[in-house]
Amino acid sequence: MKTMSLCVTVNGESKQWTIAPGDLLLDVLRREGYFGVKRGCEKGECGACTVLVHGKPVNSCLIFAAQVEGGEILTIEGLAQGDTLDPLQEAFLDHGAVQCGFCTPGMILAAKALLDRQPHPTEEQVREALAGNYCRCTGYRKPVEAVLAAAARRKVPTEVAR
Amino acid sequence: MNTTVVGKNLRKVDGFKLVTGGAAFTDDVLLPGMLYGKILPSPYAHARIKRIDTSKAKALPGVHAVLTYKDVPRVPHTTAGQAWPEPSPYDTYLLDSKVRFVGDRVAAVAAESRALAEQALRLIDVDYEVLPAVLDMEAAMDAGAPVIHDEPDSTKIFDREHNIAAHIRREIGNVDDGFREADFIFEREYRTQRQQHCMLEPHVTICWLDGDGRLMIRTSTQVPYHCRRQVAMILQIPVSRVRVIKPRIGGGFGGKQEMLLEDICSALALATRRPVKIEYTREEEFYMARSRHPQILRMKMGVKRDGTVVASHLQVLATTGAYGSHASTVQGNTGSKVLPLYRAPHLRFECDVVYTNTPVAGAFRGYGCPQGFFAQESLADEIAYKLGMDPVEFHRKNAIRLGDVDKLSAQLGEGKEGLPRVIRSCGLPECVKRGAAAIDWDRKRQSLPARAGFVKHGVGMSCTMQGSGIAGIDWAASFLKMNEDGSFFLQVGASDVGAGADTVLAQIAAETLGVSLGKIIVTSGDTDFTPFDTGAYASSTTIISGGAVKKAAEKVRAQVLGVAAKMLAVPVENLACAKDEVFTTTKPRKSVSMAEVALQALYQEKLQIMDGASHYNTDSPPPFCATFAEVAVDTQTGRVRVVHLATAVDPGVAINPMQAEGQVEGAVTQGLGFALSEELMLNHTGWPMNPNFLDYKIFSAKDMPKLTTILVETEEPLGPYGAKSVSEVPINGVAPAIANAIFHAVGVRIRKLPIRPEDMLRALYEQQPELKPEEALVTQ
Ligand code: FES
Ligand code: FES
Repeated sequence: MKTMSLCVTVNGESKQWTIAPGDLLLDVLRREGYFGVKRGCEKGECGACTVLVHGKPVNSCLIFAAQVEGGEILTIEGLAQGDTLDPLQEAFLDHGAVQCGFCTPGMILAAKALLDRQPHPTEEQVREALAGNYCRCTGYRKPVEAVLAAAARRKVPTEVAR
Repeated sequence: MNTTVVGKNLRKVDGFKLVTGGAAFTDDVLLPGMLYGKILPSPYAHARIKRIDTSKAKALPGVHAVLTYKDVPRVPHTTAGQAWPEPSPYDTYLLDSKVRFVGDRVAAVAAESRALAEQALRLIDVDYEVLPAVLDMEAAMDAGAPVIHDEPDSTKIFDREHNIAAHIRREIGNVDDGFREADFIFEREYRTQRQQHCMLEPHVTICWLDGDGRLMIRTSTQVPYHCRRQVAMILQIPVSRVRVIKPRIGGGFGGKQEMLLEDICSALALATRRPVKIEYTREEEFYMARSRHPQILRMKMGVKRDGTVVASHLQVLATTGAYGSHASTVQGNTGSKVLPLYRAPHLRFECDVVYTNTPVAGAFRGYGCPQGFFAQESLADEIAYKLGMDPVEFHRKNAIRLGDVDKLSAQLGEGKEGLPRVIRSCGLPECVKRGAAAIDWDRKRQSLPARAGFVKHGVGMSCTMQGSGIAGIDWAASFLKMNEDGSFFLQVGASDVGAGADTVLAQIAAETLGVSLGKIIVTSGDTDFTPFDTGAYASSTTIISGGAVKKAAEKVRAQVLGVAAKMLAVPVENLACAKDEVFTTTKPRKSVSMAEVALQALYQEKLQIMDGASHYNTDSPPPFCATFAEVAVDTQTGRVRVVHLATAVDPGVAINPMQAEGQVEGAVTQGLGFALSEELMLNHTGWPMNPNFLDYKIFSAKDMPKLTTILVETEEPLGPYGAKSVSEVPINGVAPAIANAIFHAVGVRIRKLPIRPEDMLRALYEQQPELKPEEALVTQ
């Protein structure tokens, strides 16, 4: 089988992996132990496989790993600082926004991308940002509440706020 | 109630790993040498395998096993994850020489990669003798219809010649007399569709042999113990040689109350002696897993002039698809949990569950009740309207209440005679009151339809109930042992499928032992290390497994107090525990910490503080629910938008109110899909037409109406700390509340689900032809 090498930064660590040109980013990440990247449909329809590439939410089942060569990837594993959770993670727990938790990594990352560009979103904007992340457990009310609560709780670096 | 842990909105005990992406789910492991299993699905709805040649597939390098019916034991069984002996027919085989629906198993392979496994499937050469198929449930019993289960060795089929998997007829009172007493009789037909669970984690199973050659099954299941028993039986190995491990589950909703991949994955692991994983793709999940039973319901009700219901008669035709998984029990519930909502003395339920060459139906949240309540609550609304009554008043007059005995349940147990149901707690009147207030019922009933314009608003409501565990059948055990730091290991067979059972059970243990939630470490759902539990279904976990936990914790608490009594030199009666310590209830106050007790027990008394308990109930207390919907119907496009959905539920005492609310909101969201958008469609050859999330539409965050969730807590004497159940009942009332609101908005009754824009528009034009655009306009 033809192989190639892939250099990426995942959660701040630089990685060099051997991949096949046709490998999906989803498969490569899971193979490398990033189990927080979930496989829900492999068709770009459910959002469970969401990761951030250069800060933007991407369905990792829809792109080849080779396409992110040199890229910066954030998976759910990279969000907390050790035992200190991100405000989004805290809020998801406090608001009961996690049931089975299978959609949770994707949702939290989609929400993070939103808060990074829009620190004080409206409910409408939160729902829009989560529209690509299906959840079959919660009915979305608690995840939406959690994102709004996290926005209120998050310390926004001043330059971003402005 | 004065509690410190129960009734509190505490974080999930397993929440940290779920928000940080920790390896939690079945597929979150990488086993060295693991093979990929794949099932060859039948392309025909009904066919016999004349010849099957696997030699080319086997010759492909990297392929380690190819199995057909010739290679595996033939043991008739049911895949339904039910207590033994299962009431479902034994009509299923690991692999068979006949296929009975598009997607049925033809063969299975294990190969070194997924791509190789897929390639191997294409190399299997099959000659089919295509048989006539019956896809329409209304044609299944006809003389001359193809017989789907003509094999001689299947058992417990009601009438195989006529494709009837199960038949039910039950009556209390005398319905014919009842109709004679009635002033008015109403009769209508309703139809419900094939809805799929769409849990975000598809079914996935990994099997391997451990060092001792025992079969390990790591799987996404709601029923680890049933699964172990079934796999052992099907593969003809002793139960002691099988271990089922249930990690975190990415949603079940009944779809995983089924032994679905475990048998075939185990067979591949045994054949290859390598770890094997089978994971359904989303597409496979839609038609190779399970779905809700489609039903045609004829509901007849006799009422007095004043609105009192005297008799109800419900006739149901349902299809279970090609196999009878949950056939009699789901449909039994359509009668037993629905009809008794009204106090009519005369009730009759009749039902035929037929085989068709379609994907297999099974357990799905609500378990037959969403269908039954759609019929009953739609008809109730129609009756109230005809009598000039407010539907709220109709329910107030007729609904079951505290102290009532539901006798129909006694006749409709899980496949056999059940037990009568006594209503010992009932918050339904309060649910109706608060739900109505939340939606502003009195005002909106008067003012809404008058609005001008193409978009019409309306409000509708429904009342529903469910059960909490299967009376006399569901049971659970739990075990607790104390550690040196005053913490406890809690071992339960219960299966947290995402609804938060581990947390709720830990809260019950913590409350009983007087410790904080963090002091309870839960292990659940592993047949080697946790005691028996029938599993996570029938809204049973909180009340049944919770009951077992409370009992075990009480026994352990007695041991703790016994040790503390010696340490403090006071009688046991004068001791209590709370806040991680044991203290005297009499003056002077003396105390020892839980950790001190544990150290004393372990190192001085040489005593491991530990105990277990088993628990079952002889009754299944119903949770109640009132659902209120406001809709906006666009009379030009047919689009029905739900503006506001208010759900008031009586779950008994909510052990964790935040989690209970989450159950309500998740249930109503699936109810919205059932009402408005979800249906797995088959074409005329039985092929699924929309097995993906683009064409099968579930609700997204953007599609949601405003949700109001109200918990009306009551204290159930049979439940631990007064709890009943919550996760199923809220799904039941959504569709009828919406259909009734549509009638209020536009005066059109819809009796078939789902109500898609085209369905709405068609019904509008049929029932109100004046709305139809002028022919001239259309043809120009
Ligand atoms: S797995 Fe990628 S969108 Fe569903
Ligand atoms: S929490 Fe289960 S899918 Fe969202």
